Amino acid sequence: MSKNTFRIGGVHPHDNKISRECAIEQLPLAPTVYIGVSQHIGAPSVPCVAVGDKVKVGQVIAEPGGFVGAFIHSSVSGTVKSIAPRADLAGRASTHIEIAVEGDEWLEGIDTTDTLITTIPEDPKAIIEKVKLGGVVGLGGATFPTHVKLSPPPGSKCERVIINGCECEPYLTSDFRTLLEKGEQVVVGAALLQKAMGGVPCTIAIEENKPEAIAHIREVIAKLGYKDMEVMVMKMMYPQGGEKQLIDAVMHRQVGSGALPISVGAVVQNVATALAVYDAVQKNKPIVDNSVTVTGECFPRQANLLVRVGTPLKYIIDYLGGIPENAAKIISGGPMMGRAVANLDAATVKGTGALLFLTEKQTRRAPETHCIRCGKCADACPMGLEPFLLNKLSKNADWEACEANAAQDCIECGCCLYSCPAHIPLLDNIRVGKGFALSAIRARAAAAKAAAEAAKK
Amino acid sequence: MSKLLVSPSPHIHSKDSTKSLMLDVVIALIPAVICSVVFYGWQELLVLGVCVASCVLLEWAITKYMLKKPSTIGDLSAVITGILLALNVPYTTPWWVVFVGAVVAIGVAKMTFGGLGQNIWNPALVGRVFLLVSFPTYMTTWSKPQGLFGVDAVSGPTPLGAIQEGLMQGSTVQELTSAYDYKDLLFANLGGSAGEVCALALLAGFVYLCCRKVIKPWITLSIFATVALTSLIFWVINPARFTDPLFNLLTGGLVLGACFMATDYVTSPMSVWGGVVFGVGIGFLTVMIRYFGSYPEGVSFAILIMNSVVPLLNMWFKQKKFGRK
Repeated sequence: MSKNTFRIGGVHPHDNKISRECAIEQLPLAPTVYIGVSQHIGAPSVPCVAVGDKVKVGQVIAEPGGFVGAFIHSSVSGTVKSIAPRADLAGRASTHIEIAVEGDEWLEGIDTTDTLITTIPEDPKAIIEKVKLGGVVGLGGATFPTHVKLSPPPGSKCERVIINGCECEPYLTSDFRTLLEKGEQVVVGAALLQKAMGGVPCTIAIEENKPEAIAHIREVIAKLGYKDMEVMVMKMMYPQGGEKQLIDAVMHRQVGSGALPISVGAVVQNVATALAVYDAVQKNKPIVDNSVTVTGECFPRQANLLVRVGTPLKYIIDYLGGIPENAAKIISGGPMMGRAVANLDAATVKGTGALLFLTEKQTRRAPETHCIRCGKCADACPMGLEPFLLNKLSKNADWEACEANAAQDCIECGCCLYSCPAHIPLLDNIRVGKGFALSAIRARAAAAKAAAEAAKK
Repeated sequence: MSKLLVSPSPHIHSKDSTKSLMLDVVIALIPAVICSVVFYGWQELLVLGVCVASCVLLEWAITKYMLKKPSTIGDLSAVITGILLALNVPYTTPWWVVFVGAVVAIGVAKMTFGGLGQNIWNPALVGRVFLLVSFPTYMTTWSKPQGLFGVDAVSGPTPLGAIQEGLMQGSTVQELTSAYDYKDLLFANLGGSAGEVCALALLAGFVYLCCRKVIKPWITLSIFATVALTSLIFWVINPARFTDPLFNLLTGGLVLGACFMATDYVTSPMSVWGGVVFGVGIGFLTVMIRYFGSYPEGVSFAILIMNSVVPLLNMWFKQKKFGRK
C-alpha cells in the first residue's frame, strides 16, 4: 500500500467508481449547442462572431477579455443563431452563443487523425502560445487559463510539473478512462508541459485504486523513453487532487496562505488538461469536447462520454435514457465538491467532468444536532483549520476573527461537513466567513496600493 | 422525480452520526458490564438498571418538561453516562443513592449546561464525586466480589484504601501489597467499584474504540505513561512509602477513567497535543492525590480538574495550519 499522501487531514469516502469499466464513447451531436463566454476563471470572453455567421468546428467565436482569459472555439459547425443571456446550471444568466448544428465540418489545419505526434517543439514560448490559442483551461475543476499558469511571474522558477491523475472524488472515472485510452497523448502532453516550463522533471500522480492506469502509464513512459518523468502511486485520500494537497504529497512543500503553487516551484495540471495541451500543440485542436462521466447507483446506464462543449445537459441525459424516477439530485462534478444542477437546460462547459445522480436517501442531510466537540472536523480539514470554531465565528458575524483563524485558507473541500457526526452545516457557514475574510484582505491590498500610488505622486 | 434538490456541496455524508459513535461506546462497555455482573451478581445488575434507566428518564423529562425541546435521549449519551456511573459505584450502593447520583450527573452536570456537547465536566464523574463526598459510608464500604452465584460476601476496603489505612498505622507498602496478586487485579478479583475490577475487559473496549476510530489513543496512553513514570520515580526513591507503578496502573479505576472517562469527546481537548498534555495532567494529579491526598483514590478528581482547563488546552494546542508557520 502506498504511503504517499498529503500530511494534514483528509477523509476516505467510498470511491464508488461504478463507471470505471465504461470506455469513453462519442455522444452524437446535439441539434443546438449553447457555448458560454465565461467558462473559466477570469474575465468573460468577448464574442467575435455575429448572428447569422457560419462557423466550423474549432473556429474562434470569442476572444479573451483580459490577461486572465481564454479563447473560446465553436464545438460544432453550423450557424450562429443568437448571442444572448441564458441560464447556467445554477440558474444564473450569462452570455451564451447559440449555434444550430449543420454537419460536422472542422476548421482547416486541425489534425483529427489518431496519429501520435511525439516531436516536441523546441521553443517553450511556442508551446505556451499554442496552448493559449487552443483555449486550454484547467480541466480539474478550477478552469484557470492554462497559458497563464505556464507563464510564471518574474523571479519565480518552476522545479517540477505535476500531472494530477488522482481523481480523488468518488464516482468520477473520466480521468481514469483518459489515462487508459489516451495514455500516450497524456504523456506527450506532460512532456510538452515539461518543455514549456524549461525542461523540469515531471511526476504523474495516480491513486492506487487505478492500478491499470498506473501500469499503462508506466509502460507508455518506458516506450516513449522519457527519462525525467515518473508515475507516483498515491494512497487513496480525499482531497488529494486539491492543488495544494497534491504538491504537499508529491514534493513535501506547503504553499503558503494566498500564495500560488509556483512559489514553491510547482505547476500542477490535470490529466484532461495534459490531453488538451497535447491536442492544442500537436494537433492544432482547441478544446471543443471533453470527457464526462455520467453515473450514480440509481442511474441505469453508466457512461463516460466525449461531449462537445455547449451540449445541453438534458440532451446528454435523454441520450442515456432520461432521469431515473428515484433520482433527487443531479450534480455537475463529484459528490464532494460538485455543484447541484438547478437547470437542466444549462449547457456543458469545458470544465464539466461529470453528471452524478443521487437518490434522496444518499444525499438528504440529517437534522443538525449539538456539536459534541469530537474534533472530527479539525482532524479532517486538509488545511489544518478548525471548522467548529470558524462555524461559530461565522454565525456570530465576527469576520475579523474569521480572518485571524484563516477562514480564507478554506478550500471548500467539504471534509468537515462530510465527517461531522452532529450533521452541522459547517462548510455552508464557513463559506460566508471566508467570503468576508477574503474581501477584507482584498480591500486592504487595494487600499495599500492606492496609498502607494498616492505617495509616488 | 418531481423537482431537483439543490444545495451546496458536499452532497454526501459519512456514516458517522452522534448516535452511531455513542453506540460504539456502549458496545465497548459491554465486556466490562458483563464482567461486573458476573463478579458481583444480581445486585450489580440492579445498580446498572437503576442507573441507566434514571439517567435516560431524567434527560427525557428535563428536555420535555423543563426545556420544552425535542428529546435528545435518542443520541444514547445518557445511556453511556448511566453505565459509567454504575461502574463507578460499589454494587452494594442502595438504589436511591444511585438515583441521586443520576440526578446530579444528568440534571446538574449535563442538562444545566444545555445538554450533550455543552457540559464542562464529565457528567458521570460529577455524579460519582457528588456521591463520594455526600454518602461516604456507602461509597467507601466495599465488598469483595461474591460472584454471580456466590454467597460469602466479605466486606473490606479497596486495595488503595487498605494501603492508605495501613500506611497510617505504620505498615510499609511492601507488607501491604504482598496481600495482592497482580493477576487478580487484571482479571478482577478484588474489592472495588464494578468498573475498577476488570482491567482486561475495559482494555478490550478501549481497543475496540480505537480500531473503530471513535477515539484516538493518545489521551489514554499518556495517562498510563505518566502514572507509570511518576510512580516509578517515587517508588524508586522510597518503596516503603510509595506503591509501585504496576499497582497504581491496575487499581482504583485508573483503567476505567483513562479509557472511558478522560476520552469523553465533550470534556477532552480536540488536538493530539492538547490531549497528550491533558493526559499527562490527569496522570500526574492522580498519583499526587493517591500519594499525598486525603482520599485514597484520585482519578475522578484528576479528570474533573483537567476537564476545567480543556478550553485553555484547546486554545494553546492547535493543529498546525497548512502552509503557515
